[in-house]
Amino acid sequence: MNRTLRDIPLPDIKGYFGEYGGSFIPDVLQKVMDEITEAYLEIKQDKSFQQELQSLYRNYVGRPSALFHARNLSNKIGGAQIYLKREDLNHTGAHKINHCLGEALLAKRMGKEILIAETGAGQHGVALATAAALVGLKCHIYMGVVDIAKERPNVTRMKILGARVVPVTRGTQTLKDAVDAAFEAYLEDPVRQIYAIGSVVGPHPFPMMVRDFQQIIGIEAREQFQEMTGRLPDNLVACVGGGSNAIGLFSAFLDDRSVSMYGVEPSGRGLYAGQHAATLTLGTPGILHGFRSYMLQDDAGEPLPVYSVASGLDYPGVGPQHSLLKDLERVNYVTAGDKETIDAFFELSRVEGIIPALESCHAVSYAMGLAAKLASDQTILVNLSGRGDKDIDFVMENYGKDYCPE
Amino acid sequence: MLETTIRNKLAQKDILLMTHIVIGYPNLDTSFEVVRTMVEAGVDLMELQIPFSEPMADGSVILKANQDALATGITVDQCFDFAQQVARDYQIPFLFMTYYNILFKYGVEAFAERMAECGLCGAIVPDLPPEEADEYLAAMNRHGLAPIFIFAPNTGETRMRQIAAHGSGFIYCMARKGVTGLQTDFSQQLGGHLAHCRAATELPLALGFGVKDHDDVQFIKGKADIAVVGSEAIRVLDSQGVAAVGDLIRSLR
Repeated sequence: MNRTLRDIPLPDIKGYFGEYGGSFIPDVLQKVMDEITEAYLEIKQDKSFQQELQSLYRNYVGRPSALFHARNLSNKIGGAQIYLKREDLNHTGAHKINHCLGEALLAKRMGKEILIAETGAGQHGVALATAAALVGLKCHIYMGVVDIAKERPNVTRMKILGARVVPVTRGTQTLKDAVDAAFEAYLEDPVRQIYAIGSVVGPHPFPMMVRDFQQIIGIEAREQFQEMTGRLPDNLVACVGGGSNAIGLFSAFLDDRSVSMYGVEPSGRGLYAGQHAATLTLGTPGILHGFRSYMLQDDAGEPLPVYSVASGLDYPGVGPQHSLLKDLERVNYVTAGDKETIDAFFELSRVEGIIPALESCHAVSYAMGLAAKLASDQTILVNLSGRGDKDIDFVMENYGKDYCPE
Repeated sequence: MLETTIRNKLAQKDILLMTHIVIGYPNLDTSFEVVRTMVEAGVDLMELQIPFSEPMADGSVILKANQDALATGITVDQCFDFAQQVARDYQIPFLFMTYYNILFKYGVEAFAERMAECGLCGAIVPDLPPEEADEYLAAMNRHGLAPIFIFAPNTGETRMRQIAAHGSGFIYCMARKGVTGLQTDFSQQLGGHLAHCRAATELPLALGFGVKDHDDVQFIKGKADIAVVGSEAIRVLDSQGVAAVGDLIRSLR
């Protein structure tokens, strides 16, 4: 390995993380992306903006989110000690609120009127609808009808919060198609609207900007972990769909060589075509949705169908910084399947009294397996990115009889 | 050279017509028929779109045509063969239109080389800005192909000049923001936009996005050099069949 992280800007001025990222979009959008970049770089240096955001993190989101030593789970496994960064305790129940507040405040300062976005599991949609209500902007959320059917509670929440949920019926009717529909709407009116992308994906500046807003997770976790244990964690584990919660945690530890990192992708029903969304595990470099990164595609360059039990991970692309971290072997990208994920859902619920989001269960599942292989003085910090309330009906309908015998 | 061909045609006609098809929609045989019909009806140049499932700049009509064509199992190789066949059969310039991942995955140099072998004249790749296009521009130049770039309604004059410096053949001007195939207001404002486009480049100008009938084409005369009809031809094909596409083309000028 010739290159190290220290040699590579994250990102450079054109939005490249190594050879990943950039901006591949029609010129009509490039102009507004340039405006967003300029506005973001300005507010990044602006003390009053940063104070406003920090104040909202503390008094509105409830940050810092707790760090919890999952003793019961650790003892039961009998290996490494598992700690949970409780992003599930944030207002709206997931890490997404961290960047949604940032994006909404930015939109307000830029004089935008409507926040638009895609959503998969509905977590980003709910968080953005919340932020829109708070700062006084309209909100349009594009969501595949398959996901709408699966994530009823979040759809209801968005409506109550005053957002318009636009059903997407094209293609596979899931996250990828919601992204397409949101882009199409954005192209129609890029002046009044702003596309608040829901992860560290899309054209520059989004992979950088969303990462910056999510870095609060890692910054807090690093301090909390050191305070609680007197040292750094040995391992970090986070789920990866687009990769926002993972990059938020990892960013604060990239220079700590003693810390091993694991990004957990969904292997769904198995690692064969159409049954998983393990982009970094099985993908190849390509260009989709305005940026270059690993993607799941066929030989011709068409994105492949993807699947995960967790709607929020159901995406054939991944954030460009993750692609770089994979190539540099700084992060290990691994997988967890539906079965282990559901096991983890019930295990954490019953052993610790925490119902985790199915997305986050991928990380919990991998961490449980990792813990079993490590000594009890080793530590694993898991980003528990969201709570599982949204998933309870789906899980009980599909798996209830296996886990909840009468 | 594409630009020379266009200039020669413009010496004889006050407006040129460029039409568009999605290769393989609804199937390859029909695509051949549509090209033959369009050429016989007098179109001056044609865009052949290689289907891609995420056609970012296209509206619902062309999106659906892309997805339906892909569902028939059409491959990029078949698109090249198709292009080679029509370029051999008909003496008008043919361009590829597609999205960058298709070229990237094929290999940009190999893609351009094969385009030239097939007798294509240029390409429109709407998600590839000139800033990201070094490899593409080099390959297109090497093989004598015209990279067509796009002016959007919100593209400023400085930016237009930058874009035009990389383009050749002609510049594709969007009549409005958004995606293909929706209603466009052919108004004074659009005339003003075209005047700005004209001031920014010596290249011929094509105008597309929402061009659908005789009145639209009349409006464009004198303001741009090429009227582009895309979604409307697919709408007519869907509702009335191949012969009606010929009637549409003949009614435009």
